[in-house]
This record gives sequence, structure tokens and C-alpha cells, in this order.
Amino acid sequence: MENRAVSDRRKFILKMARSAGIAALGGFVWSAYVDEVTASQLLLRPPGAIKEEDFLKTCIKCGLCVEACPYNTLLLAKPGDNKPMGTPYFIPRDIPCYMCPDIPCVPICPSGALDEASVTTNGVLDIKVADMGLAVIDDESCIAFWGIQCDACYRACPLLGEAISVEYKKNDRTGKHAFLTPIVHSNICTGCGLCEKACVTEKAAIFVLPREVAMGKAGNYYIKGWDKGDEKRLENAKEIKTTTEISKDSAVDSLNSDSEDFK
Amino acid sequence: MTTLWNNYRYLILRRATQIGLLLLYFGANAWGWTILMGNLSSSLFLNIVPLSDPYAALQMVAAGAILATDIIIGALIITMFYLLIGGRAFCSWVCPINLVTDAAAFLRRKLNIDSISKRQPASRNMRYWVLVLSLIISLMMGVTAFEFISPISMLHRGIIFGLGFGWAAMLIIFLFDLFVLKNGWCGYVCPLGGFYSLVGKFSLIRVHHTMENCTSCMKCKTVCPEQQVLYMIAKESVDVLSGECTNCARCIEVCDDEALGFSIRKLVKNKRTGE
Repeated sequence: MENRAVSDRRKFILKMARSAGIAALGGFVWSAYVDEVTASQLLLRPPGAIKEEDFLKTCIKCGLCVEACPYNTLLLAKPGDNKPMGTPYFIPRDIPCYMCPDIPCVPICPSGALDEASVTTNGVLDIKVADMGLAVIDDESCIAFWGIQCDACYRACPLLGEAISVEYKKNDRTGKHAFLTPIVHSNICTGCGLCEKACVTEKAAIFVLPREVAMGKAGNYYIKGWDKGDEKRLENAKEIKTTTEISKDSAVDSLNSDSEDFK
Repeated sequence: MTTLWNNYRYLILRRATQIGLLLLYFGANAWGWTILMGNLSSSLFLNIVPLSDPYAALQMVAAGAILATDIIIGALIITMFYLLIGGRAFCSWVCPINLVTDAAAFLRRKLNIDSISKRQPASRNMRYWVLVLSLIISLMMGVTAFEFISPISMLHRGIIFGLGFGWAAMLIIFLFDLFVLKNGWCGYVCPLGGFYSLVGKFSLIRVHHTMENCTSCMKCKTVCPEQQVLYMIAKESVDVLSGECTNCARCIEVCDDEALGFSIRKLVKNKRTGE
């Protein structure tokens, strides 16, 4: 009797240990995979998409936005695409977002991953405030920066003259021609990608990136003092004390020393 | 002809339901039909009624998402349907993976693989552990964990929107069920099956066994993908009350002695046990 009881207990412990081992292994592989696919940042989401982090937990992957899109712009990530599986995205060089005024892809979303409020102005759907990304120009490969006249992106932009404007500048190389170079205005650009689609170079010289990827951040130290609105950011500014020691030598001495002070 | 119908009536109905639903979803994307749009994760029926996968909604909650009203209503409709009426019918009447695993089980029977390896070295409770694990991973990673790997949505989305490498996952499940574990995916691993096993425990539609007619031929047990639910065969006349029964009705068709049939759960008895 004594013997059997021990063996039952040992069996139980072994079973528990085995289950725990399998669960740990499975959980490890599973979460590693999830981590891998959700790490891809270069995805362009449909208009009205909430923050990527929230989007990944909110999107139920039903594809209703894909079905609603009249231009077949939106795709659902398939296995092998190396993107968070089943979530909607688009590739502007193939099919850009044509910025329908009624934005059919957004109101149909059942989960709130595409947020109607974020593309609404004064109670009316307004695709112009959508933020799918930001067009970025590589001025090395953009032929307008070479001096060749091209305004394909400027003409293709649905917010003509607002999101992309053309700047005139003298071409010193020839002395008698002008550069007509495109400039993207980040506060207007919706990231629809019509410019990327229209770009004439082999690989688009103007392309849409997610806004977080495309933009830097000045932070709270640098304020446009001449701009009342920008000055408000000072209210959130926090002091950070520098830990660098200040030299005790007189500043004048450094003019006479060689490079000792810089060591 | 009548025997053919008698022997396969539910199988034909099930395939018709599965493929019909797939066709409705496919038509919505390909030809703009509006009867049933979306996919099994979340759909829109007749442009009005939202339907959502309650297990996906549960993972969203675990991940920390705020559920939209449409998702809550949709998940409630689906939950109520299986809870009150269908039982675990999703698995055998709707799920597209059922076509894959049934094919594997069919081939397994034809190749007599079961007589070579009789023991199934795994526990059917594994699915509940996978279910728990999926919620834990959802909680920790802030994403709907199973939805990122689910072969069910993978196949279903694949048929509607393009499969990509999804065929490889289908092949793996097919081979796993064929050679590794009998009814392995649906009967042991799938957390969605586990979820519906729990939801479907109390539903009204039940398979009923009449012991007096039974000749103990055990054809039903051979064909059943969840054999353990048929423990009462030739022993007592009761309803199959386990939530793990998928109401696929294969046992009813293969029975030549009318010992099995669909019935409505006796509510009187229910009340008595409820008291």
C-alpha cells in the first residue's frame, strides 16, 4: 500500500512536470513567433487606423475593410508575407489609397481598429485628415533635384498644391535654368501614396512611410519662440539635469591651451 | 439511392453548410454579395447583423483591447446560438478545417492506420491548456495570440482573400492527423474546439442513444471523432451530454439499428438537476 501511494504521487509529479515543460516550450515558440510578426513596423494601415500597438490587439482580422474598398487597395496579410497575419495593409506603389470622400473602409469596421472619429471633422467624414503615413522624398534619386523637369508627384497629389508644393531655385550648374523641386508638407500629407504610384523613377524616389518611422521629434528643449502655439509645449517640458561636470578652469585659459581641455 | 441518403444525409448537409458558407463569404469579396460579408472572425449578415467569434473577442479582452459594441453584440449572438441550440456544432458544420481533418480521418480509416497504432499517447484535455495558454500569451504580449497562428482563420481568410503559404499549414494538419494522432488537431489541440466544448455543454440539441436497439456493432465509435463522448453505447439509454460532442451526426448515419438519433435535451430533467 505504502509503495503504491508513493508511485502514484511520483506519477502525478512527473505528469505535472511534463505538462509544464510542454506548455513552456509551446508558449515560448508561440510568443517568439507573435513577437516576430508584430515587430514589422513598415506597414501602411487603412485610413483611420488607431495606434499600431492598439491596432494589433483590436483588429479582429475580418477583412470587411478590404471588401469595402472599391479600388482593391487593401490587402490582408497572408502567411509568408511576414506581417501580422490577417491584418489589413496596402502597398501604394501597387495600388494607392484613392481617398474616397465617403471612406467606405472605415465605418464598416466592427472592432474600432479603424476609428471613425479620427477621420471626422465637424461630424462629417473627412478623408483629408486621415493619417496613413507620410510621403518622403529621396533627393538623390528624384530627377527633379537633378534639374530635370518632373512634377509627376505634385500633379498626382489629391491635395494638389497643399501636401506637395514645388519650389523654384536657380540651377547654378547651367546658370540659366531652374530646379523645380517637390516638397512634402507633413501637416497636410495623408500618406495615400498616389505620388509614390505616379513617380517615374525605376524605384519610387517619393514613397510613403508610417509617420513614426518617417519623422523625428524635436522634444521639449527646442521651442519655436515666435510661435504662440508651439510655446505651449513648454508647459509639458520637464527639467533634466545634465551629469557632465563643468570645467573649473577659466574660459579664457582654454584659448591659450592646446587641446588638453578637450581630453 | 435512399440508403445512400440515409447513410450520408447529415454528412451531405454538413458539407453543403460548410461549402455554402464559404461560397457566401467568397462571393462577398469577389462579386460584392451582401448576404454574409467578412469572415469567421467577424461578419456582417445582410448588412445589418454583426456576428463575431467569441473566442477572438475573449483574446481581445485578455490583450487589453476595448471591445466595440458591434463585436460585443456579434460575439453574444454567436455564443447564445451555440450555448442554447447548437452545442459544439461550429466544429463540424461551419469550420473549414473540418474538411481537412475529416479527409485525414477518412484516409486513416481506409489505410487501417488505427490497427497498426492503437494507442493515442496524448490527452484530449490538451486543448483546454492551449486555450489557457492563448489567453496568457494574449495578456502578456498585448495581441490576440491564437488569431495570429490560427489555421482556421488562416484557411478561411485564405479561401476568401488569398492563401499565400497557408497551404503548408493545411498540409501539416492533414499529415499530423493522418500519421501522428487520430483526430489530432480537432480532438486534442484546437483551443477554439475547446472553447466551443465549454460553451456547447448546455445546448438543447443532443444525440440520444437507445440501448434497447443497440447491437454493439461499435460502428459509431469507429467513426466518431470524439469517441469518449459515446461511453454509453450498449450500456445505457441517455443523451450524449458531453460538450465535446460536435453534433456531426456521423454516428446516427452509420447506425443500422436506429439506436442513435437527434433529440432535444429534456428540460424537465434539467430543472431537476438545477434544483
